[in-house]
Amino acid sequence: MSKLKLATVWLDGCSGCHMSFLDMDERLIALAELVDVVYSPIVDTKVFPDEVDIALVEGAVASVDDEKKIKKIRAHSKLLVAMGDCAVAGNVPSMRNPIGPEAILDRAYIENADVQRQIPCVVVPKLLRVVRPIHEFVKVDVFLPGCPPSADTFHAALTALVTGEPLDVPALTRFGA
Amino acid sequence: MSQTITIDPVTRLEGHGKITIHLNDQGEVENANFHVTQVRGFEKFSEGRPFYEMPSLMARICGICPVSHLIASAKACEAIMSVRIPHTAAQLRRMLNLAQMVQSHALSFFYLSSPDLLLGMESDPQTRHIFGVVGAKPELGRAGIALRRFGQHIIELLGNKRIHPGWVVPGGVTEPLASAKRDEILGMIPEAYANIELALRWYKQIAETFAPEIEVFANFASLYMGLINEDESIEFTDGALRLMGARGEIVADGITAAQFPEVIGEAVEPYSYTKFAYYKPLGYPDGSYRVGPLARLNIAKSMGTPMADGELSLFKQISDDGPVQSSFYYHYARLIDILHGIEKIEMILSDPLILDKHVRATAGVNRLEGAGQAEAPRGTLHHHYKVDENGLITWANLVIATGQNNNAMNKGVLQAAKHYVKDGKFTEGILNRVEAVVRTFDPCLSCSTHAFGQMPLAISLVSAEGEVVDRVVR
Ligand code: SF4
Repeated sequence: MSKLKLATVWLDGCSGCHMSFLDMDERLIALAELVDVVYSPIVDTKVFPDEVDIALVEGAVASVDDEKKIKKIRAHSKLLVAMGDCAVAGNVPSMRNPIGPEAILDRAYIENADVQRQIPCVVVPKLLRVVRPIHEFVKVDVFLPGCPPSADTFHAALTALVTGEPLDVPALTRFGA
Repeated sequence: MSQTITIDPVTRLEGHGKITIHLNDQGEVENANFHVTQVRGFEKFSEGRPFYEMPSLMARICGICPVSHLIASAKACEAIMSVRIPHTAAQLRRMLNLAQMVQSHALSFFYLSSPDLLLGMESDPQTRHIFGVVGAKPELGRAGIALRRFGQHIIELLGNKRIHPGWVVPGGVTEPLASAKRDEILGMIPEAYANIELALRWYKQIAETFAPEIEVFANFASLYMGLINEDESIEFTDGALRLMGARGEIVADGITAAQFPEVIGEAVEPYSYTKFAYYKPLGYPDGSYRVGPLARLNIAKSMGTPMADGELSLFKQISDDGPVQSSFYYHYARLIDILHGIEKIEMILSDPLILDKHVRATAGVNRLEGAGQAEAPRGTLHHHYKVDENGLITWANLVIATGQNNNAMNKGVLQAAKHYVKDGKFTEGILNRVEAVVRTFDPCLSCSTHAFGQMPLAISLVSAEGEVVDRVVR
């Protein structure tokens, strides 16, 4: 059997979900026998591959770049997993929604800066007006809540997805875990 | 025709970044920038929330170094409460911070940079990752995984959760250390020593082969800043900041968290969501400085632990006049930090008061402003809050390590690009070297985007007219 292709993507999150994925520790070596990590912050692929079997996505959708990325990921992935509370429900990144991006940018780059006060606009992507979870943009196949989901949760979920065994998410994790 | 090379995203990096390299008509590198491309707004959306929520909220800035945010934030809250936390709580937090340093440095060195160092800067990008390292040199890859596990497991034992433990609170910690947990940590220490010794031995074997990279990987004079104790030994959790000049002279000393905003300012550049910190008396950009493992080892007179002290004296021999300047040596400094962390954790566990039950001080709002600082694995972290009489946050500012290294990273990218990109020609391996300069700093784009944005890394070739001519995505 050829190996499944796994991608992990970081949108507007804190990387804690990726760190929890890495917390599988030595179990990662066994996992790498079953899947090829074809796209991830820990490998050197620069372009999202054409065909991915499982995509784990951390973080909410907060910028125009995030929106482009999640659409591309959906188009090229058989199974899309919303990994962690930010991806599932917006969580901490969405706390800026009642305030709006202008006030956020003003505080950081005008009020809390000493010299060259300006809002960055070169190369950096524009912020969306509101931060939203990924299922509001594309279809999500599996929701894996937790802030972050534990390494054991990742291990059990990935094992089920790779082997095709049933996956009982509520038995593994919950929102805010 | 002029061109811009874009590396997008920069990979094996903790976050979203891009690099652009600008070439002139002759194909010579004229400028290069490192862009951070995410923004989050913690400084603003924390307004109106009770100050005692801040540590847990601020931890969500970064899943790689949440402990540093927990500690700097709790210390800012303690300044507002005007309390001194119990001795045992301070020791437990110190241990938690060291455990995080070990795991985060293991991530940086083994998971992110060792593929370049072991497999080669020009090796096949398809296998240039931690699994490639495990395949090519299993004992090294496994040592890295085990060292990261060591740090993460200590965090879990102390705080009941590996990432975002709720255990650190304003006033101390929520629960004392149980003796069974102390014994479990002590039992893990021999394996950790064996793994860091293996890594140090290996690093010393290969370091010489990287002489050309050492020469151009952000190798220039700068200021350095980090925490030290009164006896000039290295410190991560308490102490005060020292700023050292390019020749090793002391520029400023004893900077407390409360004084930090008087001496350190932040500038904005249009191309990055991460700000640029500078030492105010010298202005921007002349007052730019470096933080993190290289800076800390340049500043400290001792590590305060025997084995790490032995390594520190070897480190100091690298430069016979003044501080070690090439950022390539961040890698070596990081391994010495890990060794120190293991030794220091062992020392802290032998404190006769370490199992004491008094681990939390309580108080209400006694001042309307407070600041806290700590060393994150990648450098100094500063949190500064203002509250109203009810303890609700009215204003917050954070200065993170990556912002303090921002100028040096940009200069380092330019230095390497100028050296390697000739006549407008470059290869994948050359671009990987430019990215590897950024990796030496171990920038945390999660942290640096608390207020700003995410950093994907891309290389584009831009013409003198500012037109993007080519884009390299690997
Ligand atoms: S769910 Fe929690 S751990 Fe995951 S990215 Fe969001 S804040 Fe970080």
